[in-house]
Amino acid sequence: MSNLSAFDIIGPIMVGPSSSHTAGAARLGKVAMSIAGKNFNKVTFYLHGSFAKTYRGHGTDRALVAGILGMETYDDRLKYSLEIAKEKGIEIEFIEADLGDVHPNTVKIVFHREDGTKFEVVGSSIGGGNIIITEINGDKVEFTGDYPTLIVKQKDVKGMISSVTAILASQNINIATMRVTRRAKGKEALMIIETDAEISDYVLKVIEKVENILSAKAINPVK
Amino acid sequence: MYNTGLELMEIANSKKCKIYEVVIDNEVESQGISKEEIISKMQKALEVMKSSAQEALEKEVKSVSGLIGGDAKKLEDYRKAGNTLCGDTVVKAMARALSCSEVNAAMGRIVAAPTAGSCGILPAALITAAEKLNKSEEELVNALFTASGIGQIIAKNATVSGAEGGCQAECGAAAAMAAAAIVEMAGGTPEMCLHAAAIALKNIMGLVCDPIAGLVEAPCAKRNASGVVNALISAELALAGIKSIIPFDEVVDAMYKVGKALPEALRETALGGIAATPTGIKLRKQVLGE
Repeated sequence: MSNLSAFDIIGPIMVGPSSSHTAGAARLGKVAMSIAGKNFNKVTFYLHGSFAKTYRGHGTDRALVAGILGMETYDDRLKYSLEIAKEKGIEIEFIEADLGDVHPNTVKIVFHREDGTKFEVVGSSIGGGNIIITEINGDKVEFTGDYPTLIVKQKDVKGMISSVTAILASQNINIATMRVTRRAKGKEALMIIETDAEISDYVLKVIEKVENILSAKAINPVK
Repeated sequence: MYNTGLELMEIANSKKCKIYEVVIDNEVESQGISKEEIISKMQKALEVMKSSAQEALEKEVKSVSGLIGGDAKKLEDYRKAGNTLCGDTVVKAMARALSCSEVNAAMGRIVAAPTAGSCGILPAALITAAEKLNKSEEELVNALFTASGIGQIIAKNATVSGAEGGCQAECGAAAAMAAAAIVEMAGGTPEMCLHAAAIALKNIMGLVCDPIAGLVEAPCAKRNASGVVNALISAELALAGIKSIIPFDEVVDAMYKVGKALPEALRETALGGIAATPTGIKLRKQVLGE
């Protein structure tokens, strides 16, 4: 690991018992919810590997649910998240699953929306409370949630990357990392941009107005 | 950025400053946030550490599985009765370490330092040493930065994860961080800090990670109690002027190699060690209902 912060060693401040199985799980839930949006009434968690084997004892189930309810890793209510979800009328389901050749602490989170559509996010808890999001609705991605992250869906036509990066530059937002993927030539493509400064709603609106941009979402860092 | 203990010591020596100052300067530079913000973030961590080190001394805190709990209070009551062998400082530190671990296992709030499984060692060691040495809140916060500096180097050149390096990586790193921080808080030189960290790591080199039922409960809590004592005695040895024969950086390398050489059964998989004893297996079935 390079450029470790002092707070990667002392931290996170978290509800126990495990940084990977509890804190990491809560962050996975929260990042997934920030991508999927809040309009869901049921969530299914497909637990893989060590998550599947030990989720009850480590409170991974409660941590994941706390995350999708928007709680932080240090929230005292994390312990009671299953009851809180019930009160809010959100149905929760856990399924042990084999998600293939992935990290042992991986979960697929399926949000069932009020309009009947589904939204899927796959991510892994890779140790010390750190996470990585690897898939959004079947598209391969790779980002950590440590930085403000911009997720843009666009048509795969020329000039899209430069339009978006120009808008970021004009707003004085520096890009830390960037990854572009597409389903097929000329079809839908996805840009994942991690930045050093937070991305405001205004910036999102400006990006969404660009021709051939299908959607733009920002995730603020989840610690 | 310092990559090794030697580099960290050389920067501190050349600037004629303490290790914690080097760590804070590096944090300002690499993370792009102000010194005040960094210090206030560490103060928040210290607050959580203090309350988790205290909570289970006053009331019995039971883990989610029911496997552990109540031992911190038991030990604190025993200490108060006044017949301890090791004396107040050591037993108080042990009780505080147990308290953090029990709060963690009960899904209470703790600070991973460097991990949740080893979260009792650093708070218990520093809070107890500061109490004994009459050190201020500010000095305690500084000591936490000294500790992070040592932890950064171990994480960078080896690992602090039990799944990768066994308990020696988690509780070993925590004890090494705590030992170095105590030495600096007590007025020791950067060189003495590295000796203390090296001694602490050597003392538990090879310790396996074998949690019953895979839970961060047993033997983790008691190993936190033993880890804090390791930190205190390693600091004491270094403060007396005793050196580690093997330099800190070489000990870190050795710890990593030992970790890699451990079979998977002894690296947090709950397939070996005490987790695989007849009683360990029976408890697993009871707790997980398998």
